Amino acid sequence: MKVRFHDVSMRFGDVEVLDAINLDVSEGEFVCILGPSGCGKSTLLNIASGFLEPAAGEIAIDGVRVVGPDRRRIFVFQERGIFPWLTVEGNIGFGLFDLPESERRARIAHYVQLVGLRGFERAYPRELSGGMKQRVEVARALAVNPDVLYLDEPFGALDSITRLQMRSELLRIWQAERKTILFVTHDIEESVQLADRVVVLTARPGRVRRVVPIDIAHPRDLSSVRYLALRDEIFGEIGLAHKI
Amino acid sequence: MEREGEERESENEQQEPGSRHRFPPKGLLLCALALSRSYLLPLSGIVVALLVWQVAAATHPASLLPGPLAVGRAIGELAARGLLVKYVVASLFRVTWGYLGALLFAVPTGIALGMSRRGEMAFNPLLQLLRPISPLAWIPIAILWFGVGDVSAMFLIFVASFLPLTLATMKAVHDIDPVHLSAARNFALPPGLMMREVLLPAILPQLLVGVRITVGIAWLVVVAAEMIAVNSGLGFLIIDARNAGNRYDLVIAGMVLIGLIGVCLDVLVRRVEQRIAA
Repeated sequence: MKVRFHDVSMRFGDVEVLDAINLDVSEGEFVCILGPSGCGKSTLLNIASGFLEPAAGEIAIDGVRVVGPDRRRIFVFQERGIFPWLTVEGNIGFGLFDLPESERRARIAHYVQLVGLRGFERAYPRELSGGMKQRVEVARALAVNPDVLYLDEPFGALDSITRLQMRSELLRIWQAERKTILFVTHDIEESVQLADRVVVLTARPGRVRRVVPIDIAHPRDLSSVRYLALRDEIFGEIGLAHKI
Repeated sequence: MEREGEERESENEQQEPGSRHRFPPKGLLLCALALSRSYLLPLSGIVVALLVWQVAAATHPASLLPGPLAVGRAIGELAARGLLVKYVVASLFRVTWGYLGALLFAVPTGIALGMSRRGEMAFNPLLQLLRPISPLAWIPIAILWFGVGDVSAMFLIFVASFLPLTLATMKAVHDIDPVHLSAARNFALPPGLMMREVLLPAILPQLLVGVRITVGIAWLVVVAAEMIAVNSGLGFLIIDARNAGNRYDLVIAGMVLIGLIGVCLDVLVRRVEQRIAA
């Protein structure tokens, strides 16, 4: 077991945000945490990454209790997480300060290539589109070779076409690098497209309502019967009729 | 094809017969207009003030109000006696060292207080208490501690710049996007790198704005600072010209020079700001 949530609860003042979350994530697994806004899913990710301390319960990674952020487990924010004063290269190499220069160069080059930003090495974030910035941030996270990635609605600020492209990019990278991924989203379609398992949370206080395994091989056909059935199942779970 | 036709038509419209030989040519007119907008218009306020000043001076006794020409002659006199450069350099020297001293202490103080909530809670009330005290109030203390002379003058400029610079730095630190600090924490950056790679570049743009404003303040205080019995500088010139013979033309010459150099400083800092920001 890679990541184990054990009875994790959280409150901010009098507001109960998370209530006894239990979840096991295996090595190399892609898990989406899905829930309505305000259900505490981002909080859960912040606890898992060590930025927040839970009010009760604990999170263990490889059997070791999480007590703070760690560079083996990188948090990917929305695109605004990259440093505007550093170039694409500078951002991707940000976490590689303890490597010898030659290895640093090689790693940067590898990840620039992986996320498709060749030719933009010297560009500053303000010269990049939203999708490109997000790629830089994913590359920055991958460059330090972490074993877990936490992604907090990483594509939330992108337009819908770019968002679709970024999802397939992320899947391609995940298949190449086999990191354990915890991905927070409020987008049902997104979760069914990406995850091995979708963890559906209730509204506040967040509890695990259901865990839905997505048993469709990649690449997923978004018009297949199975995809639509799983999607509608989750729609139903959240209490939304799939009609407008 | 149709489009091309349209374009050609509109081109023809612009070159209606006769317009080519209109005088003055359109290009020259536009050029003059642009020139007037970027140079003449900004200068017009000054020209009006000079005219009003000249009229006022002509209708009042010269002992009460020296006119612009007299002041111009006074500046010429200063230049001829070799005092113009000497005084300007002396004033800039004091402001530079007083200000650099303030920068050296204020930026680390501002960063420390901005980073630590406890530090801020402990020291912010003190800073707010010191803020309304005019730098001029420090003159007796400056003389007591440093005697009369250059050091006192520089201390006064230091005092005037230190607080606003510290507060500007603190504000810049507060305005750092917390996501950037979290990311740096996540990558376990050692403190030295954290300072160099994240903190300083993050506060730099706001810090430069703070620098521009406080340079103005430091220059503003130079007159008061040079009242402390120094024997050179533009502030000294103003006090000395009055004390030694009521040379009000020299007094106003000093004021004009302070204004001109203040504008130059502002432009200079803006240039540096743009250079670094780009």
